[in-house]
Amino acid sequence: MSTEATAREDLRRRVTAFLAEHDPATTDRLEFLRARYDAGLAWVWFPPGHGGLGLPRALQPEVEQRLAAAGAPDNNPRANGIGLGMAAPTILAFGTEEQKRRFLRPLWTGEESWCQLFSEPGAGSDLAAVSTRGVREGDDWIVNGQKVWTSGAHRARWAILVARTDPDVVKHAGLTYFLCDMTDPGVEVRPLRQITGEAEFNEVFLTDVHIPDSQRLGGEGEGWKVATATLNNERVAIGGDIPRESGMVGVLSRTWREHPERRTPELHDRLLRMWVEAEVARLTGERLRQKLAVGQPGPEGSAMKLVFARIAQEASGLDLELLGEEGLRYSDWAMVRPERVDFTGRDAGYRYLRAKGNSIEGGTSEILRNVVAERVLGLPGEPRVDKDVAWKDLPR
Amino acid sequence: MSKLNLLYTEVEDDLRATVRDLLADRCQSSAVIAAYDGDRSLVVPLWKALATDLELAGLLVPDERGGAGASAREAAVVLEELGRAVAPVPFLTSSVVATTVLLGAEAGGPADDLLAALAAGDRTAALVVPLSTAPGAAVASLAAGAGGRVSGSVTSVAGALEADVFLVPVTTPDGTAVYAVPAEAVRIDPVVSLDMTRQLADLAVDSVPGEALIAAPAGAAAVQRGLEVGAALLASEQLGLAQWCLTATVAYLKERRQFGRVVGGFQALKHRLADLYVAVESAAAAARHAAATVAADDPDRAVATAVAQAWCGDVAVRAAEEAIQLHGGIGMTWEHPAHLYLKRAKAGQIAFGTPGFHRARLAELVELPAPTVGRGTRKAP
Repeated sequence: MSTEATAREDLRRRVTAFLAEHDPATTDRLEFLRARYDAGLAWVWFPPGHGGLGLPRALQPEVEQRLAAAGAPDNNPRANGIGLGMAAPTILAFGTEEQKRRFLRPLWTGEESWCQLFSEPGAGSDLAAVSTRGVREGDDWIVNGQKVWTSGAHRARWAILVARTDPDVVKHAGLTYFLCDMTDPGVEVRPLRQITGEAEFNEVFLTDVHIPDSQRLGGEGEGWKVATATLNNERVAIGGDIPRESGMVGVLSRTWREHPERRTPELHDRLLRMWVEAEVARLTGERLRQKLAVGQPGPEGSAMKLVFARIAQEASGLDLELLGEEGLRYSDWAMVRPERVDFTGRDAGYRYLRAKGNSIEGGTSEILRNVVAERVLGLPGEPRVDKDVAWKDLPR
Repeated sequence: MSKLNLLYTEVEDDLRATVRDLLADRCQSSAVIAAYDGDRSLVVPLWKALATDLELAGLLVPDERGGAGASAREAAVVLEELGRAVAPVPFLTSSVVATTVLLGAEAGGPADDLLAALAAGDRTAALVVPLSTAPGAAVASLAAGAGGRVSGSVTSVAGALEADVFLVPVTTPDGTAVYAVPAEAVRIDPVVSLDMTRQLADLAVDSVPGEALIAAPAGAAAVQRGLEVGAALLASEQLGLAQWCLTATVAYLKERRQFGRVVGGFQALKHRLADLYVAVESAAAAARHAAATVAADDPDRAVATAVAQAWCGDVAVRAAEEAIQLHGGIGMTWEHPAHLYLKRAKAGQIAFGTPGFHRARLAELVELPAPTVGRGTRKAP
């Protein structure tokens, strides 16, 4: 038997043994999740002692499928994307043993949820320009500034935070990465209402927030390196095995089939162009997954995000036109706090408006084109007027 | 939709390297450009080297019928390389389309000898239809008179100048049959073509005795299958062509300097090339998927072919047009090879059905029906 087959077989036995000791039907949900973490079955590619077994990531579905089949509760991963997808791998890579022990277990079980305090009104695409200041006072850092586009801040117990700790050096060198307690009295969270009417995101105002030095992740001045690791994980999400007519084009195709009276040759032509583009994108994603098989995505993932954004925007716009009169109506402009965001949910007007964010969030399409041009095609980088200039001397 | 490998196997990579080496050596762009001035001396020796020496002509033919027993996946890799070099050889017309038509004949029948000869590269065939004929569209077939004598004419046939035998779809009372007619019995008028690297010819036959290789009505399905595989694998040729255009343009923009800078550093150009890269990578997925479905005889074959043709034809044209524009003046010259790619790309976009034709075909295949005439709220212009 191959090494992988042996590992898979061994993992199956572990899951079976775990289920024998912790019957999902009679075990309390939280107790079950904590026990699962302690058994190394949370994320098998993490090291032993921190919820994993040091196995290849490709084996994780083995655990998920078997536990789901046994009716086990999950850790509600959709409500904890930032914690699981971004904070956890960064803490694992840069945290001290003490930090890993303190934060990873409640993060994984969902007992403590996380948000990300990166973007600022003056630091969007140019994230390294953040101006939130962190000043050392004894064993603490005193943090002041304003963050924006923070999803889940109103629910989060902790945040990953990038702050400027040295304004006298070039911008990338003066940053430090912290784990920030969102219950600190200096943290104020305000909803940020967006064009759909609802508020997925927040503005977060930090006034004399105290962060103990023990909650610094990585070295002083190493914040950029740590943040880059976090953001690389953000673009991992290329998705799994996606069926044909998924996403916005699936919605559009359904509208077409359900409304024969709305069909015109011009809309038909645009529909088919969209359909082809979406199908080709699906195949391109599948091909990229076959290329990566395991491990970290390269800059090619940026190309997929560009395509996804364009298709979502064009297809949702076309869907509105296809609906005609119905497309003139909107479900509800009321300011609500959505539990989770579904790009293909709600009504056509909502989908059209929400899709506008797809080419901005997680790297604008313009920045992604730079990434593709420079890192895939090897073309020269943009001229840098901020190179070799201390952050405090940059024009703002 | 089964899980198909959209990448390249080691065998396919080796095949590519062999073909690429030979083309680098024997198919230089200056010799290809000469075809536009009437010098076709490159064609015969290059085709012999590919078909016979590298044994590529028989890729699609099973071992027991005299071929190499490979599949559409390998033929697609060859076509990528032929597209990359705009090679003026009849691989697509003879080794893919005509060969696929003959594979529709029952083994042990009259088509066996010709199939084996095509596979060996000893003979070269062409299907007698206009290059623009799409799978699923009506095929103009010739008339058969008494004693199997064929008469009629067909315009814009690709691969005819290189062929020594023609496969002619013929109308009979029982449906379409496929006849073989020797080239010497056919009037062949070369056409001054937009793409002289796949030069067309107008053909006429007048009461010529033909040999029925595939009887009616099986001939119709064999011809359709030939056209469908041709369309599916043309996408790989278009991919290779587009990749050359992208690579050559990126390389040039890293060298060319204006305003004291490498022009590839200007964001307007970087973003255009990034978008082109995305389109070409997407073409790779679409073309690879089409070839894989044909190789596996996957039920998704027809959809995959229509998707690949709807996408790759346009991408190849866009890549060639971008290459010309971004090369600036040099890209507009006769000396620079960029025009070879533009002409092949534009002709290829029309070959085996335009992207618009394949989108219309897709509408039926995936049940996104066109508006019913008279029911739409707006009329077509």
